[in-house]
Amino acid sequence: MDYSQFGAMLPELIILGLFFVVFLADTFSKEGEKKWLTPFTTILFLLSTVAIWLIPASGETIFGGMYVDDTACKAMKAILNIGVFIVFLQAAEWTESDEMIVRKGEFYELILVTLFGMYLMISARHFLIFIIGLESASLPLAALVAFNKKHYESHEAAIKYILTAVFSSAILMAGLSYIYALSGGSLYFADIAKAVTEGTRSGLLIVGLAFLIAGIGFKLSLVPFHLWTADVYQGAPTAVTSYLSVVSKGAAAYAFFIIFVQVFGAVFSDLWEWMMYAVIILTITVGNLFAMRQKNMKRFMAFSSISQAGYIMLGVMAGNLGLASMMFYIFVYIVSNLGAFAVIAAIESKTGKVGMDDYDGLHKTNPWLSFVMTLAMFSLAGIPPFAGFFSKILIFTSVTASNSMALYMLVLVALINTIISLYYYLLVVKAIWIKPGEAKIERFDSTRCERVGLVICVLGIVFFGLVPYIYDYCYEAVKTAYGILI
Amino acid sequence: MFSNILIWFVIVPVLMMIGLAFCDNSNMKAIRGVMVAGSTVLLAMSIWLVVDFLGLRAAGDTSEMLYMGSWMWYAPLNIHLAVGVDGISVLMLLLSGIIVFAGTFASWKIDPLPKNFFLWFCLLSTGVFGFFISIDMFTMFMFYEVALIPMYLLIGVWGTGRKEYSAMKLTLMLMGGSAFLMLGLLGIYWHGTPEGGVHTWNILEISHNASIDPSWQNLLFCFTFVGFGVLGAMFPFHTWSPDGHACAPTAVSMLHAGVLMKLGGYGCFRIAIFLCPAAAQELSWIFIILTGISVVYGAFSACVQTDLKYINAYSSVSHCGMVLFAILMLNQTAMTGGILQMLSHGLMTALFFALIGMIYGRTHTRDIREMGGMMQIMPYLGVCYMIAGFASLGLPGLSGFVAEMTIFFGAFEHSELFYRFFVIAGTSSIVITAVYILRVVGKVILGPVQNEHHRELTDAAWWERLATVTLIVCLAGIGFFPNWLNETIRVSFEPIINALNSVF
Repeated sequence: MDYSQFGAMLPELIILGLFFVVFLADTFSKEGEKKWLTPFTTILFLLSTVAIWLIPASGETIFGGMYVDDTACKAMKAILNIGVFIVFLQAAEWTESDEMIVRKGEFYELILVTLFGMYLMISARHFLIFIIGLESASLPLAALVAFNKKHYESHEAAIKYILTAVFSSAILMAGLSYIYALSGGSLYFADIAKAVTEGTRSGLLIVGLAFLIAGIGFKLSLVPFHLWTADVYQGAPTAVTSYLSVVSKGAAAYAFFIIFVQVFGAVFSDLWEWMMYAVIILTITVGNLFAMRQKNMKRFMAFSSISQAGYIMLGVMAGNLGLASMMFYIFVYIVSNLGAFAVIAAIESKTGKVGMDDYDGLHKTNPWLSFVMTLAMFSLAGIPPFAGFFSKILIFTSVTASNSMALYMLVLVALINTIISLYYYLLVVKAIWIKPGEAKIERFDSTRCERVGLVICVLGIVFFGLVPYIYDYCYEAVKTAYGILI
Repeated sequence: MFSNILIWFVIVPVLMMIGLAFCDNSNMKAIRGVMVAGSTVLLAMSIWLVVDFLGLRAAGDTSEMLYMGSWMWYAPLNIHLAVGVDGISVLMLLLSGIIVFAGTFASWKIDPLPKNFFLWFCLLSTGVFGFFISIDMFTMFMFYEVALIPMYLLIGVWGTGRKEYSAMKLTLMLMGGSAFLMLGLLGIYWHGTPEGGVHTWNILEISHNASIDPSWQNLLFCFTFVGFGVLGAMFPFHTWSPDGHACAPTAVSMLHAGVLMKLGGYGCFRIAIFLCPAAAQELSWIFIILTGISVVYGAFSACVQTDLKYINAYSSVSHCGMVLFAILMLNQTAMTGGILQMLSHGLMTALFFALIGMIYGRTHTRDIREMGGMMQIMPYLGVCYMIAGFASLGLPGLSGFVAEMTIFFGAFEHSELFYRFFVIAGTSSIVITAVYILRVVGKVILGPVQNEHHRELTDAAWWERLATVTLIVCLAGIGFFPNWLNETIRVSFEPIINALNSVF
């Protein structure tokens, strides 16, 4: 075997190396002397993020076509890394709590392992690698969800998460076995794509595709596979919830795109366009309708993130132009959603309050947190001049590129749904700024790490819509890797 | 980029926001300083622009738009920041400049959180100015939405009455309109270029291409017209307007009724009619019916209201309906009248809302049954109110007369029964306007004093006088010298009329 091939997997190797460094540091440091572990890991992770942004993609396909390291994959990994970095900053204070202090190494290790899994999912060009990535991205997450040892909800959430994760993997495998049969015994993406293009549209393929959508749909919490989301988001520690809602979703969305557009692209309009059409409309609408009635901020964000996943999925209807817009959408979603979660986490760790009613009059005591929350809500709702507006419009523009009437109607449904979503995002703004009476949350200072995280989110929200740097970066990456036709 | 004067209409409000961000909420002097300096600069810039624009035109520059500039923004989708103005947008900028200036003085004593109030107020102005300078559909839409969202907080935090309900209703309805609008714009983007060309968001390029298929035009025209029509308070999408205006703080009512509603009318002809001319010819009858209803229904509704702000809000529905009605006549005279009506209504309604705010600030009631004899108590405000009222009911010498005359002259050029019917119905609104205006003037301004405590109230302070005088001078200016406006607007409509005529 030619071990030099591993050299092409540089992003994975960096994360794996980081994992071992943190693991060893954690193991060989004494109990009670782990204070330095948080800045140590966070700074190392920042360095690795910068490295992954800067090193050019090798563009090589290795292991006989099982794994590819192209510019688009690399760009996606870099975007996810930003999200993880912000999550680390948010989690810093939480990991210092008494309950966490002895186990904080594990938190970082588990996150790094799942991130490694996500990298594999993104770069996989063979279903075995994909499954390995998927499993190592989802199983450790169950441990993370259960991280609040003493909270009953955390355990319940973990059980729910692991059961649905395993169940969805089983469905995914079943779907894969049909695809395997169809392709004449190969799990390589290239072989399957060839078989699908040349072969007939058999019933087996339809069932296989439906199972694949269901399997990955669970990870993305697309409706009707979303039932676990709200409980898990509510029960999990807030840092883990924010990780679940953005990073893990982003990776799954990218993998979904690669599998469906590149492998099954030939049967797009025959077979799966209509399935996805229905799933997207359901996801956006149901997520929105349920979010309106939530009183707990974490549940609220859960339903909001279901509906956002529907918007992300619009990208798969639009070919490679859609991929560029989708990656940009994921970036914007990361900074906006994490901005909101950072505020929720800060308030929860200081006061233990997560109800929307508790936010009444927040601006009187915590004007800066109120400001960030307002920006995040506006960005999620797609209000200019914040980044969320641009990401939404760009994804809508790519979907309508094919000029099919059905897709115009899909965009119309999505646009009307933005109004519904605006309603409930404004409820938060209303609680913060308009509700009369004394503030229920007293004044407090956020920690330094939280502030850095918030500043990054605000910069992302305010600048990266007005400055098209990230979009151009994604577009160029996709264009170099797969080519784009407008 | 920065050498283009138009860009500065967006940069100045942004600078004002940055300046305000450094002020403290308790430091009212600094906040007022930033606002007065900024809005004076904006007003001066818009006056200079009008003068310079007329100078260039007089010197024989006949290009469609002047001060053009275009900078690449999102290159993959060919999104530019493209600016340019014709006679109409120049006047709209002037109107916005005047009203922002007057609005600053009208909210001299805003409370609580003055800094936040002016921050959102400046964001609103950024959107309004940005909208009028854009000739790229994407940036136009962006500024349009920038102008909408601050309304939520401005009404919700600083409003009166059922402010939470009104703020939410207004925001959601306007954003609902913009959802349809966005779809229409996407359709225009993807269809506006002949096969093989580079897709563009630039309005002028799309209109030169004239390549939108007629069947698509019908759909896109409806989407864009309804989208802008919601903001123009077109029946049946006008219901946000009375509640929103009644609950908003003074300066916001002024800016919203005075300028923001004009965005709707402006967008209707700049995008819907200009880019889909065939559909405009074919489908305008639907919207003529709707706007005709707005005109008459708004006027009748104003007659039965007892809250001063509601009276004025319904009168806005009626007058803004008239703007859209005029534009839908699709001939140069009526459309010119429509723009005159925009200017006239913008100034007049801003004056009304400013006066109502001043009266309400003293009496703490807006119910006309509880007020009377304002002429004896505060003669200055009383006289101003009567002037605004006369402008509204179309007294010659003030702007309303010029605008409405031009509209009805233009509308009568159509000889079909359908048009005649709606024009006659529309003219009846002038009479109804007189009814509700004179009712208020007779009762509140001239009638007997209802509440003896009101006798202790003071007349206008200097900043209030400044705000009102600015507006009244402009109203009378349009009324006495409509000619130069008329010509400027008329010439600017030529490209649109050409596009409409080239259909047949």
